[in-house]
Amino acid sequence: MNRFAFFEFIVAFRFMREGLMQTLLIILGVGLGGGVIIFMSAVLSGLQSNVVRRTLNFQAPIVILPPNQVARPLRAETRAEMAVQVQPRSQQLRSIDQWQKVREQVARTPGVVALTPVVSGPGFAVRGDANKAVTITGIEPETYFDVIALPEKVVAGRHHVGPLDIVIGTELSADLGAGVGDKLRLATASGAAATLTVIGIFDFGNKSVNERSVYIALRSAQNLLDLTGGVTALEVKVLDPFAAETIAETLRAGTDLQVDSWIRTNAQFFTAMAAQIVTNTLIRVFVGLTVALGIASVLVVSVIQKSREIGILRAMGTSRRQVLRVFLIQGGAVGLAGSVLGSLLAWTFLLVWRAVAKNPDGTPMFIIEMEPSLFAIATVGATVVGILAAVAPARRAARLDPVVAIRS
Amino acid sequence: MEHTLRLDGVRKTYGVGTPVETEVLHGIDTALERGEFAALIGPSGSGKSTLLNLIGLLDRPTGGRVYIEGQEAGTLEDADLTRLRGRSVGFVFQHHYLLPEFTALENVMMPILAARGRPDQEMRDSAAALLDRVGLTPWRDKKATDISGGQQQRVAIARSLAMKPALVLADEPTGNLDTKSADSVFDVLRDINETSRTTFLIVTHDPRLAQRCDRIIELVDGRIVSDRKNPSVVRRG
Repeated sequence: MNRFAFFEFIVAFRFMREGLMQTLLIILGVGLGGGVIIFMSAVLSGLQSNVVRRTLNFQAPIVILPPNQVARPLRAETRAEMAVQVQPRSQQLRSIDQWQKVREQVARTPGVVALTPVVSGPGFAVRGDANKAVTITGIEPETYFDVIALPEKVVAGRHHVGPLDIVIGTELSADLGAGVGDKLRLATASGAAATLTVIGIFDFGNKSVNERSVYIALRSAQNLLDLTGGVTALEVKVLDPFAAETIAETLRAGTDLQVDSWIRTNAQFFTAMAAQIVTNTLIRVFVGLTVALGIASVLVVSVIQKSREIGILRAMGTSRRQVLRVFLIQGGAVGLAGSVLGSLLAWTFLLVWRAVAKNPDGTPMFIIEMEPSLFAIATVGATVVGILAAVAPARRAARLDPVVAIRS
Repeated sequence: MEHTLRLDGVRKTYGVGTPVETEVLHGIDTALERGEFAALIGPSGSGKSTLLNLIGLLDRPTGGRVYIEGQEAGTLEDADLTRLRGRSVGFVFQHHYLLPEFTALENVMMPILAARGRPDQEMRDSAAALLDRVGLTPWRDKKATDISGGQQQRVAIARSLAMKPALVLADEPTGNLDTKSADSVFDVLRDINETSRTTFLIVTHDPRLAQRCDRIIELVDGRIVSDRKNPSVVRRG
């Protein structure tokens, strides 16, 4: 006897065809639920990867800084009754000690793909009467662009800064009224100043970055910030941004420097992201449950409607297992058909979303990947959910007493 | 000689262990030989249907034994019981009970399909031959719900024969039909009995029908009160 045979499929599909309206409605229900789940998953992962990409646009995954300066009390803590107040000391702008050596060491660390030295400190951009506080970043163009994709973000002019060049953001450019080719003065609190030519304007899609950051050559920054030969940070790019904290820990263990990963500096963002994942997952789970309950309830009704047929089938030699499979197949088929419909719906939603969710300049607000794997997982998942939802009704059908069923 | 059906002290009690415990069959002993065409008669509530369910292996007796083709049914597991039922017993119900989702031909194929799993040409051919035998070839591709009551009952008869069972149980097979259709359905049953030596047990209220059977078993209050050969029947053939 053929165990996994057509008989159950034939009966299951005829039952479904006979209750066509019921079948179509539940498939539509599963489709809508499935579509929402797929759509939400796609939007969530799209949002996540976009925010990650945007954050890492202007921020290196790992930043190595000199250790914080601490004030140590001179008196040894021998007598408990003695009160000591230790004033935390202010942090000077300092260079990483022997940064070239650290650079070599970090470059050898597994997972690190690029690193670059920077000099970063506060300053003022002055043009005419306008005066803006900025963060000066002195870069080594040869290596910096491997870590931060500045060239991609330059919307006007060039990005390769020379000793007398400066690249500024769109906001600052507007505030100062300085375009490409214009000159501006960059001054620091110590009194050092330089007149530089704007050679490029960037747009990182982040107002504060566009307003505050300026890029100049490493050596110019060293002179302005009085750090000749020194660098204030090493910015490190890693292969997997989400492994940044692990690599940072390795680096922390190997040096006495302060190593910040973007995961740690953006802890709030990650908390928000985690909260979003939790709520999103909850919604998806509940939609899934609703879908499963919908399938189950339709099948329960179907078992009652078909109990006489089940009795007849049993009387003519159909086994309990065969009856069980007839209803499991119906559950699976509804799940499968619903998920195919759901995939189509989600696809449509996503296309509409792409067309509607745009920035004022016409670029997409964020890119949602339509990953085939998501649809495949949804299809398999919905089929399994359908089969599971059918278990209780199917068992009920299989347990029907043929005598009672026929007389019903 | 091996009996197609033998009942040894068969009892059936409903509501065992409850205050409303009622014994509806009080020890039935009887047997049917191969090729017999027997009527089971009796007033309503005499236990005819209960007995038919026990013989048809749809239900298990509270006491006693049921043998189908020499096989004791009480010792069988549920799945084996189902298999024995599928193979050895055919049912014809009063309300014909076809599967409305299927055509006449598919309804007849159904028991074979359930047993073998996948449809094949031989199955189709033998179902078509059975429909031909009950005179329904022109209606074989009609939905079960699109043919008349008499035709539906003939489809049900063809279906009951699909597995070539040794025993066919018919519960008021003509109960819902007009006299003309009833006669033609009865003739079909009789004809099959004579040509293929299938044993028939027919539950009926209709004395006219009972008189046309070879043997009449009468059940009153859960006991057989008479069991006689019917001299009025002149067997054809």
